[in-house]
Amino acid sequence: MSYTMMILLVLLALGLFGYMLGQGRARAMAGAGAGRGAAVGAGVGARARVLHSRPQYHGAYVAIAALVPALLLLAFWAVAGDGLVAARVMANVPAADMPANALDRAAFLVEVRGLVRGDYAAAFNPAADVAARAWVVAERQLAALFGVASVALLLMGGAWAFTRLKPDFRARTRVERLVMLALVLASLVAILTTFGIILSLLFESFRFFRLVSPAEFLFGLNWSPQTAMRADQVGSSGAFGAVPLFWGTVFIGAIIAMLVAIPLGLMSAIYLTQYAAPGFRKVAKPVLEVLAGVPTVVYGFFAALTVAPAVRDFGISIGISDASSESALAAGLVMGVMIIPFVSSMADDALTAVPGSMRDGSLAMGATPSETIRRVLIPAALPGIVGGVLLAVSRAIGETMIVVMAAGLAANLTANPFHSVTTVTAQIVALLTGDQEFDSAKTLSAFALGLVLFLVTLALNVYALAVVKKYREAYD
Amino acid sequence: MTDTAITTGAVHQWASAPMQARIRRRYRSERLFRALGLGAVALAGGFLLFLLVTVIGSGWNSFRQTQILVPVSFDAARLGVTAAQAQANPALLARANYQGVLTDAMKRSHGGAVKLESDGAWLALRDAVTADPALIGTTKPMWVIASSNIDQIAKGAFDLTLAEDDLPVTRAEIGAVEALKADGRLQMVLNRTFLTGADSVDPELAGIWGALKGSLLTLLVTLAISFPVGIFSAIYLEEFAAKNRWTDIIEVSINNLAAVPSIIFGLLGLAVFLNFMNMPRSAPVVGGLTLALMTLPVIVIASRAAIKAVPPSIRDAALGVGASRVQVVFHHVLPLALPGMLTGTILGMARALGETAPLLMIGMRAFLTSVPDGLTQPATALPVQIFIWSDNVSRGFVEKTSGAIIVLLVFLLGINSLAIYLRNRFEVRW
Repeated sequence: MSYTMMILLVLLALGLFGYMLGQGRARAMAGAGAGRGAAVGAGVGARARVLHSRPQYHGAYVAIAALVPALLLLAFWAVAGDGLVAARVMANVPAADMPANALDRAAFLVEVRGLVRGDYAAAFNPAADVAARAWVVAERQLAALFGVASVALLLMGGAWAFTRLKPDFRARTRVERLVMLALVLASLVAILTTFGIILSLLFESFRFFRLVSPAEFLFGLNWSPQTAMRADQVGSSGAFGAVPLFWGTVFIGAIIAMLVAIPLGLMSAIYLTQYAAPGFRKVAKPVLEVLAGVPTVVYGFFAALTVAPAVRDFGISIGISDASSESALAAGLVMGVMIIPFVSSMADDALTAVPGSMRDGSLAMGATPSETIRRVLIPAALPGIVGGVLLAVSRAIGETMIVVMAAGLAANLTANPFHSVTTVTAQIVALLTGDQEFDSAKTLSAFALGLVLFLVTLALNVYALAVVKKYREAYD
Repeated sequence: MTDTAITTGAVHQWASAPMQARIRRRYRSERLFRALGLGAVALAGGFLLFLLVTVIGSGWNSFRQTQILVPVSFDAARLGVTAAQAQANPALLARANYQGVLTDAMKRSHGGAVKLESDGAWLALRDAVTADPALIGTTKPMWVIASSNIDQIAKGAFDLTLAEDDLPVTRAEIGAVEALKADGRLQMVLNRTFLTGADSVDPELAGIWGALKGSLLTLLVTLAISFPVGIFSAIYLEEFAAKNRWTDIIEVSINNLAAVPSIIFGLLGLAVFLNFMNMPRSAPVVGGLTLALMTLPVIVIASRAAIKAVPPSIRDAALGVGASRVQVVFHHVLPLALPGMLTGTILGMARALGETAPLLMIGMRAFLTSVPDGLTQPATALPVQIFIWSDNVSRGFVEKTSGAIIVLLVFLLGINSLAIYLRNRFEVRW
C-alpha cells in the first residue's frame, strides 16, 4: 500500500511539473517579444502570438493528458492487483499441492495472504509457506511493473500534449470538455447507485426464490430461518414465511410509533406555527430538530436500558404477567419520539402553505384560533399532513438500530404491545452479522427482505411526495 | 341544550346567559387546545432532556478511573530479570513477570482474599520499569487500576442496602473499598485508558479511541468521495443539464436515494464491495464508500439549493464580459455557493458519523483490541462500538456505553455547530 502511495505521489509531482511546463511554454509563446499580457494590445504583427487560451489552460491540458491515463492504470492496480498476484501465485503452485476444489483454493489463498501480512506466525500447510514467499516476489515484481508503466504512460501523455501546444491551440475548450465529462460522470454515480441497489437486491433475491417459493415467503406465517446443518437437527426447520416480520414492522413502525408521533408532532407544529411567540419558536424548533439528529443507536440504547424495563414493569403491574423485556411498545414509543420532528416539520410546511386569507376569513367570522385551526387550517392542510405522515412511516419502517436493540428477534404474530415482535430490519441485521455462508437460504433471505423493504419505502415515498406536490400546486 | 336555547331566539343577545355560557365553553376549549400544543412541545423537549440527563448521568463516570495504591517491590528474582541484564538487553523487560510481582504486592498489602486490581493493572508496572530500569530491586508505592467491581463500588453505582444476592458484587469487595477509602489508598483520576485505548473484555480497560479513529478514517473516505462527486453532480444538474429524460432519471434517483433506508446501503455494500469486488471486510475504506453513497444525495440536494440561491445576474454579468460557461460556474457561481454546499456536506457528515446499520452489514462490528492505523485494516466505528458495548450487561460496560455516547454526541454537537457557524458567517442573502 505504501508503495502505491509512493507511486501516486511521484505521479502527482510529475503532473504538477507538467502543469508548470505547459504554462511556461504558453507564456513563452505569448510573450516572446512584448512580455505576457501585452500581446493583446499589440499591433497586427504581434497578432499571431495572441494565445487562444490563457497559459494556465495550456498547463492544465498537459497535466490532465499526463495524469489521467497514469492514474487510471494505478487505480486498476490498486483494485485488481491483489487478484493478479493471486492468479500468478496459483499458476505456479505445483500440481501436487494444488487444492482440488474452488472452496479449498480460496481457503489456501486466505492462508497465504495471512502469512504474507504476518497475521499467522507459521503455515499450517507447507505449500502455503512456499506460495507465500512466491507471493511476496510476485507482488514486488508486478508492483514495479505497474509503477514503471504508469510513470511511462504519464511521460508519454505529457509529452504528446506538450507537443500540441501552439498559440492558437484551443486548450481551454479541451480542458472544459474534460471538466464537463467529469461533471456528467459525477452525476451518473447516483444512477449507478440506484441500479446497484436494485440489481444486487434482485440478484440475491432471485437466488433466494429458487430455494424458497415467493408465495411461501410473502404469505407464510412461520419464520425460523435456522437451516439444519444436519438432517436430524431439532428446531431447524428453515421456515421462511415473512408475514410475522411484516406485521412486526407495521405494528412498531406504522402503528405504535405513529400513535406517539402524529399527535405530538402535529400539536407541536400547530403550537409553533399558530400560537408561539417568535422568540419561543426560535428556541423550540431547533430543540425538536435535535431529536432528529440524535443517532439512532443512542435511542436504541435508551430504549433497551431505560424504557423497556419500565414498560415491562408497567405491563406486569396492570396484570400482563408475560410482558416481555423486549416489547413492541418500548421500541415503538422510542421510535415515535424519534419521528416527532419529521411529522412536525412536514405539518409545519403544510400549515404555513395554507393561504393566509382562509385563516383571516375564519377569524373575521368570529371563530376562535383553535376553531380556525381545527375546522379550516387542518382540513385545508390535510393532504400535506398525510403526505408527511406517510414519509414518516417510510422512515420508521426502515429504521434499524432501535428495533435491533429494543425489539428482540422472536417472530411472533401478536397484537399485544407488551409482547416481543421482530421487524424486517432487525432480521436483516440478525441474518447478516456473525458467521455466514453466503449461499445459504438464511443469508439470501436477508436480501429478499431488503428488496421488500426497498420497494415498500420507495412506493410510500413516491406516493407521499406526489400527494404533497399536488397539494402545494393547489395553493400556489 | 345551550344550542336549543340559541335557536329559540337568543342569537343576537350576546349578554344572555346561554350565549355567555357558550362563549365560556368556546374559550375554555381554546385554552385547552393551546395548552395541548404547548404540552406536546414540552413533552418532546422533556424527552430530549430526559435522554440527555440519563445518558450523561450514567456516562460521565467513565471518564474517571479508580486506582489503588500498592507498595510494589520489584524483586529481580520474581521479575526474572536483573537491572544489569535489563540494561544490557532492554528486550528482556518486555517479557518480565510483572503480573507475579503485582500479585505478590497485592497479597502483602491487601491480603489477597479479594481481587482488587484489574487484569491489566500490571501494565503500569511494565511502563514504570521500562522508563526506569533502575527500579528493579527497589520498592516503590504505585497507583494501579482497580478491577471493574471495585471501580463501580467506589463510584457508588450500586445500592448497597440491597441483600448480597441482589448485588452483582460481594460484601467482601464492598468492605475492601471502604477500607481502602479510609486508608486513603484509593484515588479517582482522569481515565486515560478510556480516552486512548481500544476495546477490551474488561470494562475498566476498554477505550474509545480505537472506535473514534475508525470513525474518523471512515468519514475521511466518505468526505473524499461524496464531497467532490456531490458538488459536481449538483453543478451539472443545476447549470448544464439539458431538460431531457436522462436528467429526469438522475433527479428521480437522487431524490429516491435520499429516502432509502440506510440498511439498504449496507446490503449494497455487502453485495457489491465485499462479495463482488472482494474488498477487505471490516475496513474503513468499505465503510467510507458505503456511507459516501448514502450521504451523496444529501450533499447533492443541499448543493443544488445553494447554487439556485446565486442570482442569475452574476452569471449574466460574467457571460457578458466573455467568460465561458465553465468559467462562469467555477469562477463565480461556485465560490458564492460554496458556504451553502459546505454546510450541507457537514450536515451529511454528521449523519454519516451517527450511522450504525450499514456498518454492521459490512462487518465493522469486530472485537478489536488495537487501534486501527490504516484504511484497509479492520476497524470499528463509534456508533458500532456503542452497539457492541450495549449488548454487555455488566455495570462497567453500561457506564462505558454511556461514556461512548457522550463522546459521540460531543462530536455531533461540534460538527453541527461548525455547520451553523459557517452558515451564519459566510452565507450571503441576495
